[in-house]
Amino acid sequence: MSVLVLMRDAGDELSLQALAFARSLGQATGADAEPTAFTIDGPYAPASWGQTVADLVTARSPRAVIAPGTERGNEVMAHAAAILDEPLSANTTAFTPGDPPTVTRVRWGGSLLEQALLRGGTLLITVAPHAVGAAPAGVTPEVVPASHHALALAPTERVGASSGGVTLEEASVVVSGGRGVGSAEGFAVVEELAGLLGGAVGCSRAVTSAGWRPHTDQVGQTGTKVAPEIYIACGISGATQHMAGCKGAKKLLAINSDGEASIFAHADYGVIGDVHAVLPAISAEIRKVRGA
Amino acid sequence: MHVYACVKRVPMTGGRITLTDDQRAISTRHLGFTVSPHEECAVEEAVQIVEREGGSVTVLTLGPSESEEQLRDMMAIGADRALHLLTDGEEWDPQATAAAIVTAIRADAQPPDLILFGNESADAGNYQVAVRVAHALGLPCVTGVKAITIAGGRARCEQEVPGGRDVYDAPLPSVVAVKEGINLPRYPSVPGRLRAKRKPLEASSPERPAARLEMTRLELPPDSGKQVKILGRGPEAAPAVVEVLAELGVL
Amino acid sequence: MSSPSTPLPASQRVVIIGAGIVGNSLAYHLTRLGEHDITLIDKGPLPNPGGSTGHASNFIFPVDHSKEMTQLTLESLRQYKELDVFIQSGGIEVARTPERMQELQRRVSSAISWGIEPVSIITPQEIKELVPFINEQLILGGFYTPGAGVVDSLRAATIMRERAQAAGLTVSANTEVTGFDVEHGRIRRVHTTRGDIEAERVVIATGCWSPALARMAGAAIPIAPSVHQMIDIGPVPRFANAKGMIEFPIVRDVDTNMYERQEGTGLEIGSYAHRPIMMEAEEIPSIEASALSPTELPFTQADFDPQMEIALELMPEIVGDESVGVKYAINGLLSVTYDGLPLLGETPEVKGLWSAAAIWIKEGPGAGKTVAELMVHGESEIDVFESNIARAYPSMKTRTHVFARAGEGFNKMYGIVHPSEQWETDRGVRVSPYYERERALGAVFYEAAGWERPAWYQSNAGLLDEYGDRVTRRESEWESRWWSPIINAEHLAMRDRAAVVDLTAFAIFDVTGPGALGVVQRLAMRQMDVPVGRVVYTPLLTPSGTFKQDLTIMRMAHDVFRVVTGGAYGMSDLKWFVDHLPEDGSAQVHDQTSAITTLGLWGPRARDILASVARGEVSHEGFPFANWRALEVGPTEVIASRISYVGDLGWELYVPMEQGQRLWDLLFEAGREHGLIAAGSGVYGTTGRLEKGYRAYGAELDGEYNVVEAGMAWGSVKEQDFIGRQAHIAHREEQPAALMCTLTVDDHASAGGVKRYMLGKEPILTPDGSPITDRKGRRSYVTSAGSAPSLGKYILMSYLPPEHARLGEHLLVQYMGERYPVTVESIDATALFDPYNSRIRS
Repeated sequence: MSVLVLMRDAGDELSLQALAFARSLGQATGADAEPTAFTIDGPYAPASWGQTVADLVTARSPRAVIAPGTERGNEVMAHAAAILDEPLSANTTAFTPGDPPTVTRVRWGGSLLEQALLRGGTLLITVAPHAVGAAPAGVTPEVVPASHHALALAPTERVGASSGGVTLEEASVVVSGGRGVGSAEGFAVVEELAGLLGGAVGCSRAVTSAGWRPHTDQVGQTGTKVAPEIYIACGISGATQHMAGCKGAKKLLAINSDGEASIFAHADYGVIGDVHAVLPAISAEIRKVRGA
Repeated sequence: MHVYACVKRVPMTGGRITLTDDQRAISTRHLGFTVSPHEECAVEEAVQIVEREGGSVTVLTLGPSESEEQLRDMMAIGADRALHLLTDGEEWDPQATAAAIVTAIRADAQPPDLILFGNESADAGNYQVAVRVAHALGLPCVTGVKAITIAGGRARCEQEVPGGRDVYDAPLPSVVAVKEGINLPRYPSVPGRLRAKRKPLEASSPERPAARLEMTRLELPPDSGKQVKILGRGPEAAPAVVEVLAELGVL
Repeated sequence: MSSPSTPLPASQRVVIIGAGIVGNSLAYHLTRLGEHDITLIDKGPLPNPGGSTGHASNFIFPVDHSKEMTQLTLESLRQYKELDVFIQSGGIEVARTPERMQELQRRVSSAISWGIEPVSIITPQEIKELVPFINEQLILGGFYTPGAGVVDSLRAATIMRERAQAAGLTVSANTEVTGFDVEHGRIRRVHTTRGDIEAERVVIATGCWSPALARMAGAAIPIAPSVHQMIDIGPVPRFANAKGMIEFPIVRDVDTNMYERQEGTGLEIGSYAHRPIMMEAEEIPSIEASALSPTELPFTQADFDPQMEIALELMPEIVGDESVGVKYAINGLLSVTYDGLPLLGETPEVKGLWSAAAIWIKEGPGAGKTVAELMVHGESEIDVFESNIARAYPSMKTRTHVFARAGEGFNKMYGIVHPSEQWETDRGVRVSPYYERERALGAVFYEAAGWERPAWYQSNAGLLDEYGDRVTRRESEWESRWWSPIINAEHLAMRDRAAVVDLTAFAIFDVTGPGALGVVQRLAMRQMDVPVGRVVYTPLLTPSGTFKQDLTIMRMAHDVFRVVTGGAYGMSDLKWFVDHLPEDGSAQVHDQTSAITTLGLWGPRARDILASVARGEVSHEGFPFANWRALEVGPTEVIASRISYVGDLGWELYVPMEQGQRLWDLLFEAGREHGLIAAGSGVYGTTGRLEKGYRAYGAELDGEYNVVEAGMAWGSVKEQDFIGRQAHIAHREEQPAALMCTLTVDDHASAGGVKRYMLGKEPILTPDGSPITDRKGRRSYVTSAGSAPSLGKYILMSYLPPEHARLGEHLLVQYMGERYPVTVESIDATALFDPYNSRIRS
């Protein structure tokens, strides 16, 4: 039996992670062939895309359909699952064959793992971001035309498109501020460093609750989940809510005046000191190095 | 307008989660309970819509008898009545949850114009109950919504996507799953709290079907085992930081 | 998990556990007193490690009926002001009932007695002017303390820690204690998650965690961690333009066990009205597992619903505003003890292990300073004998007792508590061998040191007819509460015939061994090198020459001294003796409290009664005053000690506990023809004692007053050295700042025509109504009050400065808002009744 993989595009990192997951699932279940990667052709309309997956399942009877656990991946697969009346394991990190098979999936934004029996005719699974390594790029996904669904809605326009800045999700550097920044005005030093590094500004839930930054800047379980090369946490204590949003970062640098703050337990690098003294010094040093 | 908002009772966790001995639940002996942050915003949005458009807000939950506390909390911030689908405390999978909600909504004498969900629950995070309810009721569905505008019998919904917001123009009735940030939920007032005690609450006890996504065990993820390298104290640490940034190739 | 912290020192003189207001204050004061090599650790982060300091409501009302607690609060206030973290807002305790209005007048009395001014009783309209959003229709008046206010306790703790660090203090946060090493009864080492520290002394200052830490070391810090509910609502439109953080006085709605206070744009509403919610110290969640902090537990709304209704009614404009939200609501954990008092000092179980626990924000810095002084000097400026952790008897440290009493006391936090009010829970814990006999006589039991002790006997009601008008009845309900005229009738019967008094509550211990004489000589002010058979009544002094205790010591043998002391502080006294045993082991202390029971037999017929049942000499010549003799009374072996605290001929009779009942029966059998009665503690502790002007420890005698001032410096100073000797000699050479005087009330009639009777702690005023302050700054107040039935008078004891300590001096006493004329009748130890002690020495 085959395994299908819904990809955003051939080069998408999270889609390649889903592909890698599909391969190991295929091997574990004795699938006879390499997973079939596909993309859906047509404007995004969640119910229609879900119908597309459902139609593929009906037509090809795969053992499983795997998709990345992105907002869209989860949305499309939810529609497919609803149409097929099949269970869906969202944000899955591991698969153990069996009858029924067992999936491991994340709860609480990754603070907890769940083992669950997945009793599906077709196994519908989305893969938690960064739970598995990506498959090498180079597959050519099959392009499947979008099906029709009577209830489908499609976006009519896009608003609030970013004004050229780097988005939090995509930034390779995120400089994030917490309660320790002290005020809305205090974020100037955070913005300065982010600007110098071509990065994005993030913040903790305490900061949005205080009204210092808009919710769109919030990194955390209920905010944006980021995956930069380096996450620079400034004056952030390290609550689980927040860590759920930045665990995708490759490296974490914590800057905090409290050497005992729990953020240091999650950090690769640390600087003990006040944000308002340390950040300007780093910015100045960058300028000096670049000027040289 | 008659707006539904569906919520789930979840523990208010601290910095570290501990499990019960049988590893089937979070140890909540010293924890308070709340509704998921996205859902609190859903209730606030429902209340704001009804404040503008008129109508009523029904808050619905599927959960153990203790969930009445959350229903009262939501009525304290403005929901008019509550439906409590009582469980014995066992976890219901997303399909069973959606089915019970669908049955309850169908049984309601007053059909909803808008059914709001949180985008995903704080605990299970299945990302699918809203979508399943929409399909079962034959309604359109928009998820990940950060703004709703009601006009001309339609709901203009803005879905957050990387780099902006996609606008969906949904006819009513519809199902909409919202995310934190859509509004700033109000705190309950004292009169609101006291009124909530007297607002109507209907309870029913649906049968739990066999689970198709059946949680068997919870476990804590392995410790990162990270060892922090302190680069220095105060501004003197700047050169060391820049060295690290250079090594990582982000300079 | 790794940490960037520096390693812990290997060895320290002092390790303080707990970085809340108490631990930080203690660290600061220890460094200030020159102590060094101190480490402060806490399992939480700084500056808010997650204990009660972090969520405290932080307001301070200085007036309390307890002198000790008030002194700790005043000292704390002084420090908070010096640290610049105090905002004076004033505070009002509002009354909803006439009974509360009377209680507020009592608070005015206490305020004057402890020197807190200005305070006043204000009308509902005046309250409305100060707190415009209050519904004044609900209240009858208020007690206004302009000096009340709010502190930033976390900031205070931080400043004190930083000052201590500048003086060398080592601080280690996120460092959890995992165990202690105790060797030969002494603390040796603290084990922590960051390594071990050898320590000479360890202080547990961990609030509601203290019981768990103490248990780890084999000691007891008896606290019930209890929940106090509070919510913050806001933003309040009316407060939007509040000038400064706090603009309106704090309101304590005491009749509903609640308070409301404005801070910034918010209003905080707190309650002690809900059911007691308590938990084990070991069950307090960890920092990581807590949503807010370990001591900010999830709010239980249902418990607070009635309080919301009450707050809404009292402050409808604020609380009823639909736009004002409940922003924060917690079940805050705090430390409650079985008697409502702190637990200060070295634990009796483990040498070197100290407790600085059960302290609230209003006492924090004062308690820190006090414990530091106790550790460095062995005595403190503020005498904290009531808070001495050593005071607890074993039964009082049990979980059952602590939780029962803490729960009962919780709802009395703002209660109107009568000075003689008795506990209801966990009674009958210690009963004397006479208990059944006493019950049969209709004893009304009060609790004394955990014992059930008769206060009077209903079966003596017939004496009321016998004594008719000589027994005063009380007209006001307040003074009749926890009192009976039968007490005065029992008193007269004792003076006419004889009475037996149950004295089982005494604490008794023997000091034995070749070094025993040295020990008692060092502790007792009076000469203890007396012949075997003598009984010595003696003060024990502090190094400053003030009172540590007064008690009697019997020389039982050449190297055996039996110490008999009041039950209330018996365990503290026991520790005082144990602490002063010689290092060489040549003396020991044996607690006999539970082995020996005591009956007092006094009155003109006492000798006849004893003679008829005892084998042995009981004549005045053969058995002189201030001596003890072994007698046989039937099959009981009695140690009879010829002394008296009631001023009549008689003995204290000591027998093994199991023979007590037999002795009781023999005495009553023999006493029948002499009209012997049983008399309660009302006679022993109040009427009999006051007629004789006998001072009581904890009332007249404490660490604030010296022997000369107490009028007890008779005879020459003994040659041998004793604690406080030097100071005592100096006191004898100086003019005393005050003298213990006996006053009587000239006229009891109140303005309403009802006769009123003072119950103690009322201020003594000059004829023009001014408070009296001695040159050491101490106010004159009533230390004891009670009837003198034999004299037909009502006695007040008070220290007066020399200019007022004159026989016949006319003064006033302020009671319940009115002033009553009093006259000074004795300015030394001379008794008003039988001044030449002819009865005792007959």
